[in-house]
Amino acid sequence: MVLSGAEIVIRCLQEEKVEYVFGYPGGAVLFLYDALFQQEKVRHVLVRHEQAAVHAADGFARSTEKVGVAMVTSGPGATNAVTGIATAYCDSIPMVIISGQVPVAAIGQDAFQEVDTVGITRPCVKHNFLVRDVRDIATTMKKAFHLARTGRPGPVLVDIPKDVSMQRCEYEYPKEVSMRSYNPVTKGHSGQLKKAVQLLLEAKRPMIYTGGGVVLANAAEQLTKLTRLLGYPITNTLMGLGGYPSSDRQFLGMPGMHGTFEANMAMHYSDVLLAVGARFDDRVIGNPAHFAEEPRKIIHVDIDPSSISKRVRVDVPIVGDVKDVLDEMIRQIESGEARPNPDALASWWKQVEQWRERKCMVYKNSDEIIKPQFVVQKLWEVTGGDAIITSDVGQHQMWAAQYYGFDKPRRWLNSGGLGTMGVGMPYAMGAKLANPDMPVACVTGEASIQMNIQELSTCKQFRLPIKICNLNNRYLGMVRQWQELFHGGRYSESYMDSLPDFAKLAEAYGHVGIRVDRPGDVEGALREAFTTYKNELVFLDFQIDQTENVYPMVQGGKGLTEMILSAEDL
Amino acid sequence: MRHVISLLIENESGALSRVSGLFSARGYNIESLTVAPTEDFSMSRMTIVTTGSDEIIEQITKQLNKLVEVVKVVDISEAAHLERELMLVKVRATGKDREEIKRTADIFRARIIDVTDASYVVELTGNQGKLDAFIGAIDPALILETVRSGVCGIGRGDRVLKV
Repeated sequence: MVLSGAEIVIRCLQEEKVEYVFGYPGGAVLFLYDALFQQEKVRHVLVRHEQAAVHAADGFARSTEKVGVAMVTSGPGATNAVTGIATAYCDSIPMVIISGQVPVAAIGQDAFQEVDTVGITRPCVKHNFLVRDVRDIATTMKKAFHLARTGRPGPVLVDIPKDVSMQRCEYEYPKEVSMRSYNPVTKGHSGQLKKAVQLLLEAKRPMIYTGGGVVLANAAEQLTKLTRLLGYPITNTLMGLGGYPSSDRQFLGMPGMHGTFEANMAMHYSDVLLAVGARFDDRVIGNPAHFAEEPRKIIHVDIDPSSISKRVRVDVPIVGDVKDVLDEMIRQIESGEARPNPDALASWWKQVEQWRERKCMVYKNSDEIIKPQFVVQKLWEVTGGDAIITSDVGQHQMWAAQYYGFDKPRRWLNSGGLGTMGVGMPYAMGAKLANPDMPVACVTGEASIQMNIQELSTCKQFRLPIKICNLNNRYLGMVRQWQELFHGGRYSESYMDSLPDFAKLAEAYGHVGIRVDRPGDVEGALREAFTTYKNELVFLDFQIDQTENVYPMVQGGKGLTEMILSAEDL
Repeated sequence: MRHVISLLIENESGALSRVSGLFSARGYNIESLTVAPTEDFSMSRMTIVTTGSDEIIEQITKQLNKLVEVVKVVDISEAAHLERELMLVKVRATGKDREEIKRTADIFRARIIDVTDASYVVELTGNQGKLDAFIGAIDPALILETVRSGVCGIGRGDRVLKV
C-alpha cells in the first residue's frame, strides 16, 4: 500500500493503539494534521500551548500504563514542548513526541520556524530521530514506541521534515524491532538476588525504600506482598507514593526533605536498606556524606545500571525489571526456611513506633483561617481517598503528598524530578481523558496554575470536568518559606499582586468558579464540586493562611536526621 | 586517574554529539576523543581519554552504555593495551637547524613527509609520552604548527572489542 509520510505516521499511531494525541498544528505539520483529519481512530486534543500538550500526554501516560503522544510544529512549537519533554525525562515517563521540521533542503538555512529540534532536545530525551527519508518513517515510529516503553522508560522525539511527510512510499508496519545497541536487562542476576534475600532476612533493623520505579513497572502488588511477607517498615518517595498503601501500619510516610520523622530516622538508622526503583535523590537522602556516616548494607534494585552507586555506595546491586526482581524475591523467601528474626524485628518496630509517636504531621488547625493541610484532608474525605490527584510544584505539592493518603499507584501525578510549575492542570486533563470514570483533582497554587491557565479553554472544548483546588496564599509559597527561614525574611519577588478573581476567570472560560474564605465552608464547597457540579470543571479558590509553612523539613545540604519538625523548632 | 575508554557506536549522524554532549552535560573530562568508521561501515569506533575517580569512571561507562546508539563500551586501560597517536609537526628548517631536526626525527623514528627550502613537516606516531618528548626535544621557536590525532587504543592479545 502506497501512502504519504503523514498517513504512515498516523497509521503507526493506530497500530500502537494510540487513543489520544495532544498537540497544536502549524506549517510544518500541516500534512500530518490533514492525515489526522481523515481518520477517526486516533483522536486529537487541541491544547492552547505546546507545553501543555506534552504535559497532558505525560499525565495520560502517568495515569495509565500507556505511552503518551504529543504532536507539535517546528521551531517555536518544538521549543515550547521542551519543558514538557524535560519534565517527562526526569521522571522516566514513556512518551513519543512528533515534531514537524522544515523541508530537508531548508535544514541549516535558517528557514522560517526552523530550530535544530534534535539538537535542542538531545539532553532531555531517551532518544531522538530526524527522519530524512519517507521510507524510514514506519521503522522509526516502531523504534520510538519500543524505546519509550522498554527498559527505563522515557520520552522519544521523532522530528519529521515537511517534505518527508508529503512524499509517498510503500507502507508496512514492522512487526518487531531489534536494535543491536539496545537490549535492556529484565531479569535480575540470580546470585545477587540470593545474596539480597539472605541479607534481608538477617537484618536487625530493616527498612524498605521505594520510588517511582515501582509505579512505572506496575509492581505495587509485588511490593505490597513482599513487604507484608517480611513485616518490615516501608517508605515511598514523592514519586513512589501509592506503591504501597499509605493507610497500612507498616507505611511510615514519605522520606526526605519534607518527609516524616519516622521515615527519615528509619532510613538513617537501618542496618539493611532495600531500595527499589529509587535513586537516592538529593531531596530524599539530604547530604550524602551525612547519610554515609551510619553503617548500613544497601540492596539497590533498578532497571538502570547508572542509577546504582551514583550517589551512595551500594552493597548488593541488582539490575533488572523491578516487577521480575520482586517476584523472584517473594518466590525465594516463600520457598526457603529462613524467616526474619522476630525478636530483633519487634525491638526495631518498638523504636520505629517511638519515632512515630512524635506525630510530626500534626498541624494547628483554625476556625478562623483555612489551613492548606485541612483542605487536602477534606479532599481525601470527600473523594473517599480514591481520586487521581495531580499537583503543580511548591508548598501545595508537598501538602498534597503529605496529607492525601495514596493507597494505589498511578493516583498521584506530579513533577518530582524537574519540579515544573504548570503541570497540574494539563496532567489532570490527560488523566481525565485516560480515566473518564474517575474523579480527578488538581491541587495547585495561585502561582503555578497561572503558568498554564490558558488550558481552561481546552478543558471547556473537550468537556473535562476536573476539579481545581487552588490553595491561594498570594505568595510563591515555597520561595517565601525559604526566604523566611534562610534569607532573613526578605520576601524578594515572592509576593504576587494583582491576582485575578479566579472564580470569575473560570466562569469567563465557561466553567464553575467558587471562592472559599472560611474553614467551615471547605467541605461543603468540595462536596458541591464533586456532586452538584460532577460534570463541570470547578475551580475552587481557597483563600488559605498566608504564613503556613511545610513541615517537617530538612534544610538543603543538611543530614536526613537534622530535621525541623515544626515552627517551634526554629 | 587516566583512563582510555573504547566504544563501538552506530555510524549515524548526531552520534558523536550524543557522546560529547554527555561529557559536557555531566561535567566529565575529555582529554582526547577520536572516532572513525570500522571495517563494518555501519559502526564507528571511538577512543576517549578521560580522567576521574573510580566512581566517576564507573558512571562514565554506565552513562555511555545507556546511550541508545552505543553498542559496546570497554575501559581498555583496565588491562594490557596499546595506545598510539599520530602527530604532524611543521617546523622552520633553515641553516643548521635542517640537519638538527633531521637527526632528532631519526632518533624518534619520525619521518619527514614534506620539505620546502624553509620548512619540514614531520610525521610521528607513538604513545602520548613519545610525542610529548619529541616536542620537548625541538627548539620551541622552530615549531610553526602541531596537529595531533588524539589517542587510538586497542587491547592486547585476546582482548577484542567486537559485536
